[in-house]
Amino acid sequence: MSLFEARNIVKQFGSFTALDNVSVSVPEQCIYGLLGPNGAGKTTLIRIINQITGPDSGELFLNGKKLMPDDVRFIGYLPEERGLYKKMKVGEQALYLAQLKGLSRTEAMKRLKYWFKKLDIIDWWGKKVEELSKGMQQKVQFITTVLHEPKLIIFDEPFTGFDPVNANIIKNEILFLRERGATIIFSTHNMSSVEELCDNITLINKARTILEGSVNKIRSEWGGNEFDVTLRGDVSPGRNDLFSVLNQQSENGNTSLRIKTSGKTLTNDILNFLMQSGEILSFNPFRPSMNEIFIRVVKSRN
Amino acid sequence: MNKIFVIIKREYITRVRKKSFIIMTILAPIFMAAIIILPIIFMMSDKDKEFKKIAVIEDGSDLFRDVIPNTNDAQYVYLENTNVNELKRSFEEQGYYGILYISPELVNIPNAIQLISKKTPPIGLIDHINSSLKKEIEKQKLLAYNIQDLDNIIKNINTQVSVQTIKIDDAGQVKETSTGIAMALAYIGGLLMYMLVFIFGSQVMRGVIEEKTSRIVEVIVSSVKPIQLMMGKIIGIALVGLTQFLTWVILSIAVVAFVQGTVLKKTDLTEITQTLPQDIMTKNQPAIESTQVSSVEISPELAEFSKIFESAINQDWLLIILSFIFYFITGYLLYASVFAAIGSAVDNETETQQFMMPVTIPIIVGLMVALGTMQNPESSLSFWCSLIPLTSPIVMIARIPFGVPAWQLTLSMGLMVITFIAFVWMAARIYRTGILMYGKKTSWKEIWKWLKYSG
Repeated sequence: MSLFEARNIVKQFGSFTALDNVSVSVPEQCIYGLLGPNGAGKTTLIRIINQITGPDSGELFLNGKKLMPDDVRFIGYLPEERGLYKKMKVGEQALYLAQLKGLSRTEAMKRLKYWFKKLDIIDWWGKKVEELSKGMQQKVQFITTVLHEPKLIIFDEPFTGFDPVNANIIKNEILFLRERGATIIFSTHNMSSVEELCDNITLINKARTILEGSVNKIRSEWGGNEFDVTLRGDVSPGRNDLFSVLNQQSENGNTSLRIKTSGKTLTNDILNFLMQSGEILSFNPFRPSMNEIFIRVVKSRN
Repeated sequence: MNKIFVIIKREYITRVRKKSFIIMTILAPIFMAAIIILPIIFMMSDKDKEFKKIAVIEDGSDLFRDVIPNTNDAQYVYLENTNVNELKRSFEEQGYYGILYISPELVNIPNAIQLISKKTPPIGLIDHINSSLKKEIEKQKLLAYNIQDLDNIIKNINTQVSVQTIKIDDAGQVKETSTGIAMALAYIGGLLMYMLVFIFGSQVMRGVIEEKTSRIVEVIVSSVKPIQLMMGKIIGIALVGLTQFLTWVILSIAVVAFVQGTVLKKTDLTEITQTLPQDIMTKNQPAIESTQVSSVEISPELAEFSKIFESAINQDWLLIILSFIFYFITGYLLYASVFAAIGSAVDNETETQQFMMPVTIPIIVGLMVALGTMQNPESSLSFWCSLIPLTSPIVMIARIPFGVPAWQLTLSMGLMVITFIAFVWMAARIYRTGILMYGKKTSWKEIWKWLKYSG
């Protein structure tokens, strides 16, 4: 069952259509990638999920029930454009944001202490935000996003401003949150983190959904009938009617090939043919990176 | 609903804790008190001034012998047969402050007189000399007409007029008022309203811009509705303003009580003030004989001051303060919501200019009319501006000390409530779109579009 569902969302700003009949279904405990080029409508969709703006038409469901204004306490949101009050003390500010999410002061205090210790920023509790480095501010923001233990967490570019060490810490925290039952919507332009983290994705371009499904499935589908082959030695398979060579490189005395089959060809026939050319070191179905798919899909639509 | 209190609390506490707020709140009344008290202290310490002895020398005649009467702080010594030039060298050693050198032409030439001294003489001294000599010259000129019994005639003509203003309210109760006090109240009230609306209104604007530029706003509006954030901020800052205002009122009352209790104690304020309206009220009030005795010693300045003071107490303070609070709240809500909308439409403070103009104009017009109201409270300009909601908070406050008919006050207040609700509603619509718009310079056309966007 899906934890969150958006059905046929339409949103217009004057004559500009930001979302045109977009539907998204996010399974429980899944990390769901919301992708798309700048200005595609992602942020509008996220704002609609957070009830910051309302859709012109369409319906939203959380846990099978219609999304209500009060449901904001079940949702955590880390916006792309994010910040903190610069002149306010870190702890006070975190308490304030937690109280706005509906936590009591004492409960918020308890949880904040836990998280501040966990992410190693407890020493900064009494400091003003302007004294903190960007990475530390991001940690505070991360904490305030997840503090009220939301069922649905929306991260918009969560890794910007983090060094690789801290980015990894945050990545592990996100995985940990999922393990504990949270469902995550993850919006980013960083496709390698999509491959790493996301189970499912929706790709929006120009206000419409143009690709959706599980990351693995999409990648294999887009791989088509291409294979990556490595052969020992500097060899070259001759012309044949089983496959065509898209790319050939020699590396450390070995030969790497990207081949494309017609689709009807049996893999064993290809292997048989290749064995005649030389020793096969590896033979893998080619899975294009999400980056490639992204570029190809968006370009083909433009 | 609970969340709006969390917002109000933050807005209130972060501002009230600021050093600038604490200093402003405490220092302003002390400064005001100093303005009130210092002149009295100066007035009373007149006697402590340096005593001056002035040599009066006349050139070849004795028209002005002993004409200038001695005062508390100066003695005029008429010297005969003294050479001015010699005395000029030695007047200080002889204990004189200066030399007044009068030429006989003085009767015809007004400036044929010199005061020679080492220091700049105080203005009071010069006034005293001028008026004494003027009187003498006038007298001598009159004498030249050979009018009989001139001394008595002059005594008789010598008149002083001081209008006493009495306000009768609907219940027929008589109160002595002072136009001066009403003017002062109109001035202070109007100016204070102008300042409060401007200072706290623009604080709202800066608060909104701060939230927008620091990019915290989207985090917050994912938890609360934009209008909750906007109203929370506006109300929080209003409470800061009210805190400041009430602190000022309380401190002012304390200062007044202090002035009444200590500075004016020597002359017993209540007794003087009873003797003053006595002339008018003898019919319904038995004369208090004893008061005459005590009021004899009072210097006229102090009596005048006490009269003003009493008349100030006679003002309808409850009405003034309550309507001030009403107009502050509604006027502030009106302007603050507009300021919030402006803050939401821009990316930084420099961009606010183009939107500030239309907002500033009615406020400044209001202040101008309020200042005019002091001179002419019944003018039709004041009347209309005290009804039109954009200017009424400032103008009506200036009119109230002079007395405003109940229907006008009610109408003005009613219009104010309707208008501020309409403005808050429009501002909220602009605000909720504006706060999430970054990096694009906003035009009036754009704002008009935002007004029409659906939720």
